Formats: sequence, structure tokens, C-alpha cells
Amino acid sequence: MKNYLMVDFGSTYTKLTAVDLEKEDIIATASHYTTVSTDITEGYHKALLKLYDQLGKKITFDKIIACSSAAGGLKMCAIGLVEELTVEAARRVCLGAGGKVDLVFSNKLTSLEVAQIIEKNIDIVLLAGGTDGGNSEVVLYNAEMLGIYGVDVPIIYAGNKACQDEIRLIFEKYRLKGYFCDNVMPKLNVLNIDSANEVIRKIFLENIIEAKGIKKIESEIDQVILPTPNAVLKAAQLLSEGYLDEAGLGDLMLIDIGGATTDVYSVGWGYPSKTDVVLKGLQEPFAKRTVEGDLGMRYSAEGVLQSMSNREIYQYQKEGIDIEYEAQKRRENVEFIATNDRDIEVDAIFAKKCVSVAVSRHVGHLEMVYTPQGTIYFQTGKNLVDVGHLIGTGGIIIKSPKASEILLSACYDRNNPLELRPASPVMMIDYDYILSAMGLLSLYEPLVALRIMKKRIKVIEEGAMKTNAIA
Amino acid sequence: MKTIVIGVIGADVHAVGNRIIEYTLTREGFNVVNIGVLSSQEDFINAAIETNASMILVSSLYGHGELDCRGMREKCIEAGIGNILLYVGGNIVVGKQDFKEVEKRFKDMGFNRVYPPGTPIEAVIPDIKKDLGML
Repeated sequence: MKNYLMVDFGSTYTKLTAVDLEKEDIIATASHYTTVSTDITEGYHKALLKLYDQLGKKITFDKIIACSSAAGGLKMCAIGLVEELTVEAARRVCLGAGGKVDLVFSNKLTSLEVAQIIEKNIDIVLLAGGTDGGNSEVVLYNAEMLGIYGVDVPIIYAGNKACQDEIRLIFEKYRLKGYFCDNVMPKLNVLNIDSANEVIRKIFLENIIEAKGIKKIESEIDQVILPTPNAVLKAAQLLSEGYLDEAGLGDLMLIDIGGATTDVYSVGWGYPSKTDVVLKGLQEPFAKRTVEGDLGMRYSAEGVLQSMSNREIYQYQKEGIDIEYEAQKRRENVEFIATNDRDIEVDAIFAKKCVSVAVSRHVGHLEMVYTPQGTIYFQTGKNLVDVGHLIGTGGIIIKSPKASEILLSACYDRNNPLELRPASPVMMIDYDYILSAMGLLSLYEPLVALRIMKKRIKVIEEGAMKTNAIA
Repeated sequence: MKTIVIGVIGADVHAVGNRIIEYTLTREGFNVVNIGVLSSQEDFINAAIETNASMILVSSLYGHGELDCRGMREKCIEAGIGNILLYVGGNIVVGKQDFKEVEKRFKDMGFNRVYPPGTPIEAVIPDIKKDLGML
């Protein structure tokens, strides 16, 4: 028997997933409150006891690996030159690496902006700007600003290659913790993720885990390897692409609604499918993650309320639901768990809004243009209309009896025909909450991880939107 | 190497001439950033900022160039690249108009050089080299 244990140190829960590699299945899962503020090993030990309880015996693990979003996650600051170009490229790199992008700055930094980097306890700064051989004035200025104000966290230079040496001198002059990687936008509208991703991961391993008090756990486990969202993105990509002979599901979208944020992942190029559509703007990542900090079930319940129109709020009122009160209730009592039918219904309303808005921000959009040759469309972002599978994860979706309704809010919407949402995907649920664990496992045993996901992530409703599909 | 941003402005899909311009300027030793057809003023300007371009060369073949180009110099100034060289050429206005007047109109809009219909890109190269101080 060969067993692996995957641990996910979340902001609230520490989740354990035990896998039997020969059986290619999960043998037990358990969770406990994360105890990073005192001693992270405490919560881990308690969860481990629960896991042994379930198994009925104590077992040994051949490998124990972990991902973490504890202690505020990986807080990043993305800096670039033009908002639609290097700023956006830097932002996408941070998100793909599993970061929480707390600050985004364009053009020349001001002293107030640099002060925010320090105040907000940013973990990593990603400094981009200029294509290779392009603008260097602004990145040089910005590096100098980071130096003058003594920003004492790792700074990754991911900008114009032509001034890398000058940047190095600035980093040395101010004794900054400088790192280097390839330009995130080497040519106009070309996105280059991998090199920056690798450096972010390296810094995460070397510095961040230590700084956040998570390193301590490594006396008991093998390693904390990834930020959790990055593990989930890896799982999504594996499930989509497959591995060797084992087929994947093809293009897919994945939605994770949490208490504070709603994450949307998509795997696929999302190119236009029609001849009258012209692709515009910065290249999209094949495996893309977006995270909405204003949309969540508890901490961000009021953000969800703000995204509702007066008409929606009025409609709910007519149905006897005071949505403003409900939002406040959830914000003030983040531990709140819906137990009666009414609260479950209201939770579902919030979840549907989270999904609808988060997906709207994730997917590409069409814009109509009238030309002498007739009407054509611009596509910015990914065309996810033909995505085959839509997967839901996170407590609210896994536990809600209205899961299919919630996921349906991600799909094609007659009122917004220019949003390139999935039209009629097969809807699935990650009932055992295994995605981050499978992302971790995929680093060592991709085939096993893939087979477990295919076994455990189950279909809820097939092609529910067929009737609504775009002709 | 000097960088030139080229593209076709507005709702104009004429792609062939644009490729010829890219080919010719590249052969002449310029770093050409081609943003393609259906490009907005902002697309040109953003590209010029990130690539540190010395010049923007705007093509327009479908007659609406005057509408599409209006305000472009002001936007360049606003974006911090007010001194960039702006060239425009093609069928840039509707119908047959006196080119002297057309040229004046575009120069008043802030374009440095304006070329009449049928100008081959080869004929423009000496101007480019002169304006960029390469001659």
C-alpha cells in the first residue's frame, strides 16, 4: 500500500485528503480550523486525528505535501506601464500564480502608492513595464521609487529586457530583494507567464512560507509546495488536458465560491468560433484564473448586494426577502451556516449573483462594429461559449440543494448576449472538495490525480441550457 | 533600432497594404509593431508607449479617416507621447477632394506628414529617415 496525504492550509480550515495510490482513490478526508496565528501544527494534528478516526487506525504516509492560502494568502502588487497592456499582463501572471492581487499600479509610481505597498504588507511585488526594447524610462523610475522608499519584500523584475542590467544596479544600490524573470509582455499583446510563475513559486517556497509562520509545519510534513489557487489551477488544467493515454474533459470552466472571494478558472484558448469575429487585445492565458474580492458569501456579502440592481432588490422584497438585511447579517456573522429552507434559499440568491457577476468579468465580450463591409464583432477576452464542462466547488455549491441553479447563473444569458459565457455545458460538482489536493498530487502522480478527479467529480445535470443555447 | 507602430484605423479591414508596409519597413531595418486592422487611436497610442516607438504610421483606405483620426494628437499629448511623429496615408477622405486642402486639414489635426491616395510606402521611406534623423 502506498498512501499520500495532501494538506490544504486555508484561511479558515485546514483540510486533509488521504489518497491510496494503488486503489487510485481517496480513502479519507478531514478538516479542522487553521491555527496559523498561534501554531499551525495544532490544527493540523487535530485534523489528522479526525482522519485516523475515519480510517479506524493510524496509517503512515509515504509523502505529505501541502498548499496554503493561510495568513492572508499570497498578497501581490502588480506594476506595469499601460493599463490594458503590461499592467494587465502583470495582473494575470499574479493571479495565475495563485496570488491575491491587492494592489495594481500603472505608469510612474507615486510616493502614496509605494506607501500602500508597505502598509498593506504585500508579500511580492511584480514590476513590469515596456516590451523588450520598448519603454524603459518608467520601469527604471519605478525601481528607483521602490528603492528610495525601502520596499523590503521580494521584487520580481518582469519588464523590458533591455534595461535589466540597469535595474540590477538599482536593486543593488538600495539592497532590494530583487529577482529576475522574462518579460511578461515581450512583444505587444503577447503574454508570457511561465518564467514569472516559476520565480513566484520559488519565492513562495523560500520566503513567504517562512514569513507567514507556515514553515514550522515542515518539521512534520515534506513540503508546502504551492499557493492553493495555483494548485486548483493545476488540477483544472490536468482535468481538461488529460495525461498520456488518459483523456481529459476538454475545455472547462471551474467556479469556487468562498466566504470572501469568488474564483473562476477556465482552461482552453477561447478563440473566436465565427468568421465575422476579430480577436482584440492582450493574449489570454490558456489556463486562466480570475478572483473577485468583492463577491463572497460572508465577508463580501455586501459586495454582492452592491452588484444587484434596485429592481432585483425590489423583486426580492416583494417575495418577502430583505436582501439588504440578509447581506448585513452574513457580513456580521461570518460563521453563519444556513440550516432552514429560507436561509438556504437566500444563500442560493447570493451564490447565483456571485457566479453571474464573477463569470461576466472572467469571460470575453463581443462588441459590434459597423463597417462598410457589414457588421463585424470585436472579441476581447476568451470565448467560452463552447466549453464542455462547468464544475462547481466550495462549500455553498457542494452543500446546496440548489447547486444546479447556482451553476446555471454562469451560463449564457439572453439579456447579455454579447458575453461569451458557456452555452450548454455539462455541470459537475467537486463533492469531496478535492481539487487543490489533486493539483498537489498531480505534481508527483498526474495519472492517479486525473483518474481520481474523473471518478470523484460528478455530473449533476447534463446540458441544462440546451434550449437556451446560442443558435 | 527605431520602432514604428503601424496599423489600419477605424472600422477598416484593408489588410493587404498594411502587410506590404510591414514588410517594406522591416526590410529597411525598422522595428515594426503592426497592430493590424480595425485599430482604435488608443490601440496605436498604447502600443507606442509600451514599445517606446518613434513614430505612428496610420493607414486608412475606406474614406472615413478624417473622423477616425480626429483628436489623435491630443490623445498622444494626454498619454505623455505628445512629440511622437504621426504619419497618415491612404484614401483618407471621402470622394475626390483637393489634396492640398486635405493635407492642411490633417496637419491642423497634428499629423506631421500626410500622403495622398496611391503613394507607395517606398516613396515615404526618405521622409521617415529624414524625420528620424537617420539621413
